[in-house]
Amino acid sequence: MSQHSEETVRAEVRAWLAENWDPELRLTEWRTLLADSGWGCPTWPREWCGRGLPEPLAEAVREEFERAGAVGVAQGGGTALAAVTLLEHGSDEQKRALLRPILTGEHTWCQLFSEPGSGSDLAGLTTRADRDGDEYVVNGQKVWTTSAHHARYGMLLARTNWDVPKHQGITYFAIEMDQPGVEVRPLRQMNGHASFNEVFFTDARVAAANVIGEVDRGWTVALTTLAHERRMADGLRSLVRGARGEGPIFDEYRRELASVMEPYKWYPQRAGRADLVVKRAQETGRLADPAVRQAVARVLILARTAEWTAKRAKAARVLGRPPGPEGSLGKLAASHVARAAADAHALISGADALLCGPDSPMDGVIAEVLVSVPAVSIAGGTDEIQRNIIGERVLGLPKEPSDAGRPFREVARNVGS
Amino acid sequence: MQFGFSAEQEEFRGVLRRFLEERSPTAEVRRLMETPDGFDREVWKQACSDLGLSGIHLPEEYGGQGFGFVELGIALEESGRALLCAPFFASAVLAANAVLLGATEARRKEILPAIASGRTVATLALTEPDGRWEVPAIALTASPTSDGWRLDGTKSFVLDGHTADQIVVAARLPDTTGTDGISLFVVPGHAAGLDRALLPTLDATRKLARLVFSGVPAEPLGEPGTGADALERTLDLASIALASEMVGGAQKVLEQTTEYAKVRVQFGRPIGSFQAIKHRLAELLLEVELAKSAAYFAAEAAAADDPELPALASLANACCSDAYRNVASESIQIHGGVGFTWENDTHLYFKRARSSELLLGDPAAQRERMLAKWGIS
Ligand SMILES: Cc1cc2nc3c(=O)[nH]c(=O)nc-3n(C[C@H](O)[C@H](O)[C@H](O)COP(=O)(O)OP(=O)(O)OC[C@H]3O[C@@H](n4cnc5c(N)ncnc54)[C@H](O)[C@@H]3O)c2cc1C
Repeated sequence: MSQHSEETVRAEVRAWLAENWDPELRLTEWRTLLADSGWGCPTWPREWCGRGLPEPLAEAVREEFERAGAVGVAQGGGTALAAVTLLEHGSDEQKRALLRPILTGEHTWCQLFSEPGSGSDLAGLTTRADRDGDEYVVNGQKVWTTSAHHARYGMLLARTNWDVPKHQGITYFAIEMDQPGVEVRPLRQMNGHASFNEVFFTDARVAAANVIGEVDRGWTVALTTLAHERRMADGLRSLVRGARGEGPIFDEYRRELASVMEPYKWYPQRAGRADLVVKRAQETGRLADPAVRQAVARVLILARTAEWTAKRAKAARVLGRPPGPEGSLGKLAASHVARAAADAHALISGADALLCGPDSPMDGVIAEVLVSVPAVSIAGGTDEIQRNIIGERVLGLPKEPSDAGRPFREVARNVGS
Repeated sequence: MQFGFSAEQEEFRGVLRRFLEERSPTAEVRRLMETPDGFDREVWKQACSDLGLSGIHLPEEYGGQGFGFVELGIALEESGRALLCAPFFASAVLAANAVLLGATEARRKEILPAIASGRTVATLALTEPDGRWEVPAIALTASPTSDGWRLDGTKSFVLDGHTADQIVVAARLPDTTGTDGISLFVVPGHAAGLDRALLPTLDATRKLARLVFSGVPAEPLGEPGTGADALERTLDLASIALASEMVGGAQKVLEQTTEYAKVRVQFGRPIGSFQAIKHRLAELLLEVELAKSAAYFAAEAAAADDPELPALASLANACCSDAYRNVASESIQIHGGVGFTWENDTHLYFKRARSSELLLGDPAAQRERMLAKWGIS
């Protein structure tokens, strides 16, 4: 991109912010302006709340927002997963109805994919949706559903055809969560938080107009969501930045972070906090130990090369490629970084790493790292699944024997599902 | 910082790859590695005249191509991929950088054009029998004489030291320690008082020599006693260059192993369909990609003269050393019995990986140096 157009864009966004940004506004008022102007989602198409800018220029826009201290559009699963999936597969009507409230933060979303009987083998799901007039009736159970307890909508995968191979009978719905047939029960995690839930469907209803993409063709739509999910952690890491301003809008924004974004509070810890390794090693005096120095150095090398590799993938995407299997490389790299960082933190903190109360290092952050890191290599597709994807789609290795060709009725399933 | 190559750079890579596939196939590598010289002067001269291989990053005023370190990195990646048997690293990287950074203008004009054209094969003699690639470890002494200087001491692990026409020698002035008194000299390969011996080594594709200096007359490159900074920087650039070379070899051996996993059938299916193999290859790909990022980023830092360069040089070297060694040894495992044979090419990469890992300091030492350069203590 030429220097000239980057400067033009920067000048434009600066002028727009000078004119419009006002911490006295209500949060939704401000975000409506963002959606109208397109500055909130610069890479999105002009007709859908964006400005059609390529990624490097969007980065420049974000920098200008940060410089001005302006609040952005709502973050989380709604924007990062639902909206991008709708942009790619939704009808114009659906985009008109659903995109804006996601950006303003009025609607939050959850991802109703995993089930007790099928996680990695997502296409083996057995939650059913049966047509009834203009609606579908949904029965079944989902699990590990992050943020379901306050979501307005769910991205629901359900089986609509049992007589075709498993990938060909799944439909993708936008289902309203606030209805009698949907029951959400929180699940306590090994780190003590309860950001994910079980969701039970008993004759729940979803309008046929809320099918995203085509009936029975939901797998393709799901792949879009999954590809974006592998890259989502990056965005969440920088969330808390920028929540420190003064004015009514920031009070609202902080309330949003404390409620809607609460489930993501421990996400930086699950990534291992490689950023704290050097600081901790210095403040504990452990850097004199050569074993600690080697561990610290390894974390730094992993973290930086993972960051550069993500930037290389991003640079390749700018050339027009959609998010593809390189997201799997990034996700796998993130697992390595997280584990190496957690191991280094344990080594650095020594016996203090045993504590998790008020006496624990950094107010419990280190303890939270140690018990949160195992999530990284499971959530959003396990490391094993990423290795399969890399092996088969990047390296072109032959697939394993599979059940994908048989009608789903005949496929072996877990007992009880 | 730029995270992709330009169309011109990709084109440059393509030209080099075609040349090397033609002139340095493994049959040729195997032939040359059995010879004492370890390279073919004619092919090397042609690579220098046709492709400018030996002067890629040297400024045009010294007969070079005037490109930067990114292009040099690309060329090294390709030479590593081809296991090129040639004095590329010794002459174009070690000696040329030492001269570029440590010589007077007159000396540069005198020495560099011949290196760039491939007429002269040069090298840098730095390490001594203790094997430490560190400036303070230099013990060979340079003493003033009535009409110049004389060198006394022993250099070891000198790349292409037994064949080089010109040898840049790192020496120290009498009664100095540490980085004080470090001086660069140049000595012709056939100088009187210089005894050169090829060292038998594990990796036959990279020739190393021991050089014993007994009162060898030598000409200073720059002001004697002031060479430490130039040498440090030469070592940083060498670490990055070697990282590029290693990443090229790692990528190639991974490709070959992946192909093998697709065609080798056991238990009625290709071994690459077994997760034990597939997952290992996926992890190796990740490791190679991370290593590439390190090598590319460090090469960009060199091109931009980034203040972080010394730390990034060690980072890239440590990261690429670990990746190459790991990929090469896993590749032998994935090949099974045939991987342990002389005839299969995998061991050539395995040995190159080991020799590279230890050439400029082992990965643990590089990591330690990285922390020190970042001031993390
Ligand atoms: C913090 C967190 C948040 C989550 N949030 C959500 C959410 O919001 N929405 C949602 O839908 N889901 C969510 N999940 C669920 C997550 O996507 C699944 O847990 C994950 O895909 C694994 O599925 P599973 O738990 O059924 O494990 P399984 O699939 O049963 O896997 C068990 C083990 O078998 C291995 N395995 C499975 N198949 C293969 C194979 N083919 N080859 C090799 N090994 C294999 C796995 O790698 C794993 O080690 C979340 C999970 C976590 C931990």
